[in-house]
Amino acid sequence: MMPYSLKGSRSRPQREIGTIIRSLGCCPSEGELHDLIAEVEEEEPTGYIRYEKFLPVMTEVLLERRYRPIPEDILLRAFEVLDPAKRGFLSKEELIKYMTEEGEPFSQEEMEEMLSAAIDPESNTIHYKDYIAMMVIDEN
Amino acid sequence: MGCGTSTTATKDKKSEKALKAALVIQNWYRGYSARLKTRQRYALTIFQSIEYADEQGQLQLSNFFSFMLENYAHVHEKDPELVNRFFGSSTQDSKDRQDYLGLIDVPDSYCGPRLQFPLTFTDIDVLIEAFKQQQILHAYYVLEVLFETRKVLKQMPNFTHTKTSPSKEITICGDLHGKLDDLFLIFYKNGLPSVSNPYVFNGDFVDRGRNSMEVLMILLVSFLVYPNDLHLNRGNHEDFMMNMRYGFTKEILHKYKLHGKKILQILEDVYTWLPIGTIIDNEILVIHGGISESTDLNLLHRIERNKMKSVLMSPIPIDGDRATEKKNKAGKAIAAWGMKTDGPFSEQLTKHEWEQVINILWSDPRGKRGCYPNTSRGGGCYFGPDITSKILNKYQLKMLVRSHECKPEGYEICHDGKVITVFSASNYYEEGSNRGAYIRMSSGTTPRFFQYQITKATCLRPLYQRVNAIESSAIRMLKERMISRKTDLIRAFQLQDRNKSGKLSMGQWAFSMENVLGLNLPWRSLSSHLVATDKDGNTDYMSSFQDIHIQKPVKEVQSTLIETVYRYRSDLQIIFNVIDSDHSGLISMEEFRSMWKLFKSHYSVRIDDSQFDELAERMDSNKDGSIDFNEFLKAFYVVHKFDKLSKSDTKLA
Repeated sequence: MMPYSLKGSRSRPQREIGTIIRSLGCCPSEGELHDLIAEVEEEEPTGYIRYEKFLPVMTEVLLERRYRPIPEDILLRAFEVLDPAKRGFLSKEELIKYMTEEGEPFSQEEMEEMLSAAIDPESNTIHYKDYIAMMVIDEN
Repeated sequence: MGCGTSTTATKDKKSEKALKAALVIQNWYRGYSARLKTRQRYALTIFQSIEYADEQGQLQLSNFFSFMLENYAHVHEKDPELVNRFFGSSTQDSKDRQDYLGLIDVPDSYCGPRLQFPLTFTDIDVLIEAFKQQQILHAYYVLEVLFETRKVLKQMPNFTHTKTSPSKEITICGDLHGKLDDLFLIFYKNGLPSVSNPYVFNGDFVDRGRNSMEVLMILLVSFLVYPNDLHLNRGNHEDFMMNMRYGFTKEILHKYKLHGKKILQILEDVYTWLPIGTIIDNEILVIHGGISESTDLNLLHRIERNKMKSVLMSPIPIDGDRATEKKNKAGKAIAAWGMKTDGPFSEQLTKHEWEQVINILWSDPRGKRGCYPNTSRGGGCYFGPDITSKILNKYQLKMLVRSHECKPEGYEICHDGKVITVFSASNYYEEGSNRGAYIRMSSGTTPRFFQYQITKATCLRPLYQRVNAIESSAIRMLKERMISRKTDLIRAFQLQDRNKSGKLSMGQWAFSMENVLGLNLPWRSLSSHLVATDKDGNTDYMSSFQDIHIQKPVKEVQSTLIETVYRYRSDLQIIFNVIDSDHSGLISMEEFRSMWKLFKSHYSVRIDDSQFDELAERMDSNKDGSIDFNEFLKAFYVVHKFDKLSKSDTKLA
C-alpha cells in the first residue's frame, strides 16, 4: 500500500526507510533509526531492505508506541532554551549553529530546507512561536 | 563528568540543556520533513496512476478503431482516406516535396527565424534565440526540416551505433515532452550539441508541454547539422495517435492554422523513420521504454521500422482461425472501398515484430522477478532484474539506459545498477513535482548525473508550500476521476452496504475505490482528502460527491449521459479528430450519430439513444447540420464547488 518500491530502488535505503518510518507517525532520533535499520537490513548489506523483514519489526514499533512524536509545548520549550534572553526569536546564525553543530547535526540540505520556511527574510530571524503554529496548521 | 568548579558545572548543565533542546528540534523537524516528502510522493503516485490509466484507455481506443473499421462500412464510402490512416498507405512517399513546398510562400513581412539550407550550426543558434522570444517558425521551414529529416533518417539503420572515448563523453537525455525551458537549461549547462559534444535524446520529445513544436524543431535541426553526433530514439509519444490525445496535434493545428494538416501528415511519416534505439560502445543499450523476456535485438535490427505507423494500431492478424474470419470481414470491407486486399497487409509488421517494438517503447522495470504484462499502461510489460541480466548477457551488453517514467529526482538506478532511468522534463506533473536530469558518460568511467529543476520564481518556494500545491492539484484530478465514475462507484458502494446505512468501513470503501477506478493508490492514506469519516473510522461514502459536479450543458439531459461523455471525452476527441480528416473541426450530425452508436456498443455504454439525440440537437446551435465537436466537448467540465475558479483546468492530456 505504499508508494515506495522498497525492493526496486537502490538509492540511499537509510534515508528512504527513515522517511517511511517517520511518515507513519514515529519520531526516532538518527541514532535510534540507525539501530532500527540494522535490525531489518540483510546479513550482507545489499542496499535493499526486504518488506517481509521490515513489516514485523515496524508493526512491533507501532504497537509498542515507540518513538512517540514531540508534542507542541515541548517543542516550544526547546526553542526557548536556545533563546535564554526570551526575545521570542533566534537569529539565523544562532539557529544554524545549534542545528549544525549540536545534537544530531543537520545536513546542509536539511538546514536550507528548514530555513526557507522558518526565516523572516527581512530581519533574518526565526520567530519560533509563529513558525511552530504554522507547521502545526499545515500538518492538520 | 562532574569535576571542577561550580561555574564549569553550570556551563556543562547549560550546554547539556542546549544539546537536548537541539535534539528535540532536530527530531521534530525530521519527522515533519518526512511527512511532507511522503505527501509529495503520494501526489506523484496519483498523477502517475492517472496518466497510465489514460494510456490504457488509449490502447482500448485502438481496439475501437479496429472494431469501427470492421463494422462501419458506409462512412468510408465517403472517406477512403480514413482507411489509409489505419492500414497505412505509402502514398506519402509519392508526394513530391515540391507539391507541398512549392505552394507555400514566406512573406517578407514574416519576422520569425529563417533557416538556410543546407543547415549549419548558425541555424541552431537562430532557432534558439527566436524561440526564447516566443517566435513561431514558419510552416515552410517546418516542412523543409521535416522533409530533410525524413530523407536523412531513411538512410539510417534501426539502431544507431556510436562510440565514446575519455575525451569525448556522450550526454543522454530522457523525456522532454515539449518543455522548452528544460531543453534550454540542458544546453546552457551542458553545451550545445557538436562533434565534440554528442547527445542522445531518448524519445518523447513532444506532447503535454506547450512547446512540443519548438523542442522538436531544435532537435531535428541539430540532428540535420550533426547527424552523426546527435542521436534521436523513438519514444511512445512519437506517434500520431498519441499526439491526438496528448496535445501535440492540438498545438500544431493551433500554431499553424493554414498548413497544420500538411505538417501533421509528413510528421506522421517522419516518426516512423526514427531509430528504435542507440547502442554505445557495444555495451550500453539506450531505448525509450524497456525490454521483455523475448526481446530479440537481431530481429529488431532487421525489421522495416517504418511500417510501425502507430504503436496503437495493432496489425490485423493473418494467421489463425479467428483471425482469418476477422481478415475476411475486414478484407471484404476493404474490397468494398476499392482497395486491393493484399496491399494493406504487406504494409504492416507481423504481430510478433509489432510486439517486439511495443515492448521496447512501453515496458517498465520493476523489482519483482520475471516478465508480466504492464497492466497500468496496457502495453509492453514489467520486467524484473532477472530479465535484465538475461537479455544483457545474451547480447554482451553491460547496461540499459531508458526513460519513459517520471522520477522525483530526475533519474533512478535499479536492477543492481544495470538499469538507469533518465527523465529530463522537470516539474512534469506540476510545478515542484520532480527534478529533471541528464547523464554524461564515456567508456570505462562511471556515469555522472546532473539534476535541475525549472522554477518560475527567482527563488524556490519553501518545501511545504510546493507540496501543498502539488497535493491539491493531484487530489483535484483524483476527484474529477471519481465524479466521472460516480454511477459505478455508488453502485459498488451500495452493493457492500447491506443495511443501507450510507456508511462503509474504511476497508470496504478502499476496496470499491480501487476496483471501480482501477487505480493502485494508497486509498486509506488519501481518504481524509476524499471522503468524510466518523469517529468510529467508518466512511460516509456519499460525502465524496457533495462538493463537486459536472456542469450540465443542457438541463434536461440525464446525469448518466453527462457523466459518460465527460468520462470518455478524451477518447471522443480523438475519434472526432480521426473522422474529421480535413481537420475542419466540424462533423455532420449523421456522422456524429452513427459514430456514437458504434461507440456505445463497443464500450458497452448504456445510454438511451433519444437522450443523445436531444443533446446533439442542442449542440448544433446554428442548426446547419454540423457540430463543432471541440465546443461540444468543452461544454462538459467539472465544477469544484469550493474552488475560486469555477472551471476546472481539465487538460485533456
